[in-house]
Amino acid sequence: MLEVQNLSMRFGGLLAVDEVSLDVQEHEIVSIIGPNGAGKTTVFNCMSGFYKPTGGKILFEGREVQGKPDYKISRLGMVRTFQHVRLFSQMTVVENLLVAQHRHLNTNLISGLIKTPSYRTKEQKSLDRAAYWLDRVGLLDLANREAGNLAYGQQRRLEIARCMVTEPKLLMLDEPAAGLNPAETKELNQLIVSLKEDYNVSVVLIEHDMSLVMDISDRINVINQGRPLASGTPEEIRQNDDVIKAYLGEA
Amino acid sequence: MAANNFRHALFCAFITLIISYPIIGFNLEAQGINVTLTGADASTIVMVLLAALIVFLFQMFREQIMGGLKSIPHPLPQSNKEPMAENRRAKIESWVLTGIVIFALFWPFLVSRGSVDLATLVLIYIMLALGLNVVVGLAGLLDLGYVAFYAVGAYTFALLSQYTGISFWLALPIGALLAALFGLVLGFPVLRLRGDYLAIVTLGFGEIIRILLNNWTTLTGGPNGIGGIPDPTLFGMEFGRRVKEEGNTSFHETFGIAYSGEHKVIFLYLIALVLAVFTALVIRRFMRMPVGRAWEALREDEIAARSLGLSRTAVKLSAFTIGAFFAGFAGTVFASKQGFISPESFVFLESAIILAIVVLGGMGSQIGVVLAAIAVTILPELAREFSEYRMLIFGAAMVLMMVWRPQGLMPMRRIHIELKRQE
Repeated sequence: MLEVQNLSMRFGGLLAVDEVSLDVQEHEIVSIIGPNGAGKTTVFNCMSGFYKPTGGKILFEGREVQGKPDYKISRLGMVRTFQHVRLFSQMTVVENLLVAQHRHLNTNLISGLIKTPSYRTKEQKSLDRAAYWLDRVGLLDLANREAGNLAYGQQRRLEIARCMVTEPKLLMLDEPAAGLNPAETKELNQLIVSLKEDYNVSVVLIEHDMSLVMDISDRINVINQGRPLASGTPEEIRQNDDVIKAYLGEA
Repeated sequence: MAANNFRHALFCAFITLIISYPIIGFNLEAQGINVTLTGADASTIVMVLLAALIVFLFQMFREQIMGGLKSIPHPLPQSNKEPMAENRRAKIESWVLTGIVIFALFWPFLVSRGSVDLATLVLIYIMLALGLNVVVGLAGLLDLGYVAFYAVGAYTFALLSQYTGISFWLALPIGALLAALFGLVLGFPVLRLRGDYLAIVTLGFGEIIRILLNNWTTLTGGPNGIGGIPDPTLFGMEFGRRVKEEGNTSFHETFGIAYSGEHKVIFLYLIALVLAVFTALVIRRFMRMPVGRAWEALREDEIAARSLGLSRTAVKLSAFTIGAFFAGFAGTVFASKQGFISPESFVFLESAIILAIVVLGGMGSQIGVVLAAIAVTILPELAREFSEYRMLIFGAAMVLMMVWRPQGLMPMRRIHIELKRQE
C-alpha cells in the first residue's frame, strides 16, 4: 500500500537521505532501523509531509503524495507519532482524542451552535470512539486529567490512541519504546501486534529497541548514513554482515 | 552576594535618578515669546531623592520583600481544598451566572445615569475582550491590532447611517460581518507568521486601518470624525424628545410617560447587555465544539495538530474571523452609544487595554475575562482624582498581578466529559 522509491532529502550541503526505497504491504509491520543520525526520522518527516523531499517518489495506495501538505497526507490515512511525545498537554485526555477526530465531525458552525440532532449523533459517536480507545490503552479512568500530567508511558499510549481514533490505514511510529521500562515495552509490543491483527492497520516503525524490532517486524529496512544498507526479514538482518559492521563498527 | 546586591541596588537607584530628575526636576516656562528652563523647587528634588532611596531599599531587600509577599495568604483561600464534584460545581455556576444576568437586567433602574453609561462601556469592553480571548487565549495568536476590527464595526455603522440612513438594527449584523470579512482578508497574509512576528504585523495592520480612517478625509471626515450617528430604536420607537425620522414614533409618547434622557441610556445598556450575553454564550458553545478544540490544539502543539489532519490556515483563520466578528458587534454599539466617532477612539492603547483584560482575567477563561473587563474599566473611573497617575497605577497593578497570580484572575477550567465504557 505504501511505496517509497529512491527518496532523497538534501539540506543545503548535507544529503540526509540518499535514494532510500522501501515498501509496506497491507497487514504488515515494517521497521526502519539504523544508528543515530542515520536519517530514519527524516524519512518519516518526508513520508508524513513535514518535509518536501528533494528527490524520489512516495506512493500511497497508488497515489503520489510526496510534497503534499502534512494535514492532507494525514487525512488520506497515514498518521504518525513523534520521537518526543507531542500531546496537547493543557487539554484533557479525552479532548486530545476529540481533536484527532476533527475531520470526522467537521460539521459547519451553525449546526454545532444550535446542536442539531445530526451534530449530537456525530459528537456522541466520537465520544464513544474515544472511550473505546482509552479503554483499549488503559487510560479510561484518567480521561479528564490534563494530558501533560500523565506519566510518560501513559503519554506514549495516549499518543498511539490519538492516532488510532483517526482510523488510519497506515500508522507510523517514531521510537514508540523510547523511555519505557521493560514491562511497558512488552505491553507496547502486544498493542502494536494487536493493531495489526485486530484493526488491520499497517505499521511502519522506527525503533532502537532490538528485541521489540526483532519480535514484531515482518520486514526490516536498515539505513546507515542516509543510505539503504539492507532489507529483509528479521532473520536475514540478524545475519547480515554489513548490518553487524554498521552497528558494531568495523572490527 | 551581599556586595553584588548592593551594587545592583545602587545601580537601580542611579537609573531612577537619571530618569526622574530631568523629567520632574526641570520646568519649561514661557516668558513672553521665550521659553526658559527653571529648576524645580527644593521639595520636588527631595521627592526625587526619596524615590531613588525607595528604589534602592527595595532592590537591596528584594528577596525579603518578595518572600513576604508570598507569605501573604493566597487570594483564594479555598484554592487548596478538594475541588467540588464536577456536576455540582457546574450547576452552582450556572445558577450564579443566571442570577448575575437577571440582576444586571434590573440594575440600571436603581442607579444613576452616569453609572449606567459606564456600565454600557464595561459591556462593550466585555464583548471586545471575549472576542480577543478567542484569538489570543484559545488560538494563541498574539493580535496587537484587534482594535482595527472594532473600528471597522463602528465606522461601518457611522458611514452607512451618514450616506444611506441605515438603522442600528440593520447596521449591527452588517458591521459585524464586515469586521469578520476584514479579519478574514487581513488574516490570510499574516497567519503563516508566528509569535512575535505575528504580533508586529497585526500591530501594523491595526495602525493602517486607523491612519486610513484618519487620512481619507473625503469619506470618513478624517480627524473630525463622524457625528450624528442615530440611536437604536425599539420597534420603530425613538428615544429622543422629538421624532427625527418620518414614520417613527417616540417612546415616551407611545407609553404616555414623561420624556426622560435616561430611557435612551438604559435602552442602550440593555442592548449591550443582551449582545454581551449573546457573545459569551456563542463563544462558550464554540469552545466545546470541534472548532474550539482545534483552536486550542493548534495553540498547544501546531505540529501535532497538523499531523492529525488539522489545516493550520483554516483553524487560524476561523479564530481570527470569529474574533473580528464580535469586535464588529462591539464597534456598532460603541458608535451608537457615543453618537460621534473619530479615529482617536481606535488607537493602539485600546488594543493594549483589551489585551491586558484578557491576560489579567486568565487566558481562555470567560468568567475571568468578564471580571477583568469590569475591573479594568471601572477602576480608572474610581481613581479619577489621580488622573495623571492612572496609567502608572494600571501598570503597577499589572506587574503585581503577574508576580502574584500569573495565570490570571480566574484561570481557565477544562470541561469535564463523562465517558461510558464501551463494550
